[in-house]
Amino acid sequence: MLSRTADSLYWIARYMERAENLARILQVTDRLSLMPSSAETTGSEWHSTIIVSDCEEGFYSKYGDATPEHVISYLAFDEDNPSSIRNCIETARRNARAVRTALTSEQWETLNATWLELPKWSETRVRGSGLHRFLDWVKDRSLLFHGGTVATMLRCDSYHFMQLGTFVERGDNTARILDVKYHLLLPEHAEVGGGIDYYQWASILRAVSGYRSYHVLYKEGIRPWHIAEFLIMRDQMPRSLVSCTAKIKDCLDALGEEYGQRHDCHRMAGQVYSQLRFGQVSDVFRQGLHEFLTQYVEQNNRLGSEISRSYLM
Amino acid sequence: MPGAVFDEMGLSDHEVRNAYATLRDWLSETPPEVLSLRREEAETFFRRIGITFAVYGEGGDPERIIPFDIIPRILEAAEWRQISAGLVQRVKALNAFIADIYGPQEIMRAGIMPSDHVLLNETYRHVMQGVQVPAGVYTHISGIDMVRVGPEEFYVLEDNVRTPSGVSYMLENREITMRLFPDLLSRYNVAPVDHYCDDLLKTLSSVAPRNCENEPTVALLTPGIYNSAYYEHSFLADQMGIELVEGPDLYVKDDIVYMRTTQGPKRVDVIYRRVDDEYLDPLAFRPDTVLGVAGLMNAYRAGNVNLANAVGAGIADDKSTYTYVPQMIEFYLGETPILKNVPTYRCGDRDDLLYVLERIDQLVVKEVHGSGGYGMLVGPKATRAEREAFAARVKAAPEKYIAQPTLALSTCPTFVDQGIAPRHVDLRPFVLAGEEIRVVPGGLTRVALREGSLVVNSSQGGGTKDTWVLKD
Repeated sequence: MLSRTADSLYWIARYMERAENLARILQVTDRLSLMPSSAETTGSEWHSTIIVSDCEEGFYSKYGDATPEHVISYLAFDEDNPSSIRNCIETARRNARAVRTALTSEQWETLNATWLELPKWSETRVRGSGLHRFLDWVKDRSLLFHGGTVATMLRCDSYHFMQLGTFVERGDNTARILDVKYHLLLPEHAEVGGGIDYYQWASILRAVSGYRSYHVLYKEGIRPWHIAEFLIMRDQMPRSLVSCTAKIKDCLDALGEEYGQRHDCHRMAGQVYSQLRFGQVSDVFRQGLHEFLTQYVEQNNRLGSEISRSYLM
Repeated sequence: MPGAVFDEMGLSDHEVRNAYATLRDWLSETPPEVLSLRREEAETFFRRIGITFAVYGEGGDPERIIPFDIIPRILEAAEWRQISAGLVQRVKALNAFIADIYGPQEIMRAGIMPSDHVLLNETYRHVMQGVQVPAGVYTHISGIDMVRVGPEEFYVLEDNVRTPSGVSYMLENREITMRLFPDLLSRYNVAPVDHYCDDLLKTLSSVAPRNCENEPTVALLTPGIYNSAYYEHSFLADQMGIELVEGPDLYVKDDIVYMRTTQGPKRVDVIYRRVDDEYLDPLAFRPDTVLGVAGLMNAYRAGNVNLANAVGAGIADDKSTYTYVPQMIEFYLGETPILKNVPTYRCGDRDDLLYVLERIDQLVVKEVHGSGGYGMLVGPKATRAEREAFAARVKAAPEKYIAQPTLALSTCPTFVDQGIAPRHVDLRPFVLAGEEIRVVPGGLTRVALREGSLVVNSSQGGGTKDTWVLKD
């Protein structure tokens, strides 16, 4: 398989996953901003969204402050933001067009239809309740695409490269969403563990479609360390860091077997996976949740570059 | 040449021609609403699978679909036999001509073609002089543009032996007719076209370099997604099950071409290149090209890789070379041409130029190196000012232009806004030349959708039709 084709497949999956995760981040932000405390800490939710989506520099070079309109415009539609939802879909579709023969017709047609529908959504149409319709649409299209991938693609190298893209991106995004909490300000009079704190944590669970699942596994209600454990170390949770890393490791193993050769990325994936698989949540909190997540995001990034170096260039 | 327009169904005579009788009955029993519906379905189909064609310099939709006319064009078996024999003959002669030009140059020594015409031609590639290409084949894929003006009268308008496109439309048009009109298709005995891609791969594999020991690795080299024919490139690569590569996917080491794969380098033996000569290799041609591969020409000349079509094949489809093709057929094959050429005036010739300028209102004047309907004047349809402006351009550089009488292109029934009406058509059949020559029974019929228009190019608002060749 051509390295360029593998690279395009990997990035199609990453960009679709990124679009979906941006939609999730925007949904949780919007939800948080509706909370009663919000008036006192105006803007902190929207500012934190910019931080976790890693586009402080681009955003603040364009806007003075993080108003909801600015943030939505920048993250959803801005052509100058390479990771805006619009650009993610455009880039995914452009890559797909370049390698369309490596995709199944279901995958291609889903992406192409998504791209054809995209211009219907404009900044004015997503004002008010339109925002959630738009974000739901983005999630739906991404889920449909992943479903199409899993249900129709031959299990060979091209499938593994797409899965790698999905899980490298998803791990990154789960870590970032969990880190939103660190950047959120609690109003001065609110206590840690109090009502507002509770709602903030619950929103994070909703962002990763984990609210119900969490309650199935944890009966004592919302507890920060449980949530951290749930999103970092529980392999039952398909968006947890350990699940994503396990998938990355599996895909790399399958490629290693298919090609009869292993690379540095195999070793790195094994290392990250065992930290998560055999670590304890108490260690995470000892290190500091934010510090742990930052470190994970960096490791995951390095793993991504190593995968590129081994196969995609 | 007759002045009256020949309609292939016979609409103008009130008498339907044989092959079209069933089609006419079917059209008369199918309500127009059903036809409209089918046309919409066809458009959705093309749009959904992304069969698009880019049109340059006009703004608007960068990925537009070429309008598909749902009414097929029908050619009878006997008509096709004549066309097909003529195509094989013509391609043999064109190939012999190129081999001669880059070899002994006998046609110039025989005084049939002036050596200036070849050696000063922009399409002549000096680097190819003396190069031995596998099986002596230069024109692996040709698209020969033809028009019809009467029941028995077919003319070749233009030869395309560089990177002719359009074959994917021939295949997809049939695909969609089978989906939309199975009832109509089953009333006819239509020769299939869907083995084209198998034939293409066989052709390409048959001209692998002599030192290729295993099953040859064939790849299709595309300029990339921004090329107007990108859909076709990906379609053909997919159908043949070969890699669709771009310049950066390939590299040359020790005169051997490799592609970069997820499992390391893989040697490439035959490249079906849809990139023009000038962009193939920055070391041999334009140094600024990013579409090509550095060192490719050395690998090619060393006989380690084959390119289809051959570099320098363009010398044979230059519009001013065209006028010599009947003589080539006699010179190389000792045969009488089966397909006629349209009488053509070379403006580079002083007498011809005077003739052309005097009758510019009756002629079609074309740039020798133009394509896609750009850089041409249809005398009778142009305004006085347009004619004068064009005449000035011709006078400034006469050798760059040729002129032909405006032909009364045949018409075929076409489903347009006003209902079913005759529209002018042409035909581009495709000829494959490897160890043997193959012609797939069919081709791309292009139709000028505007009433009275003679310009069928897709870049100028033309559409396409499915082309049926009947079996005996």
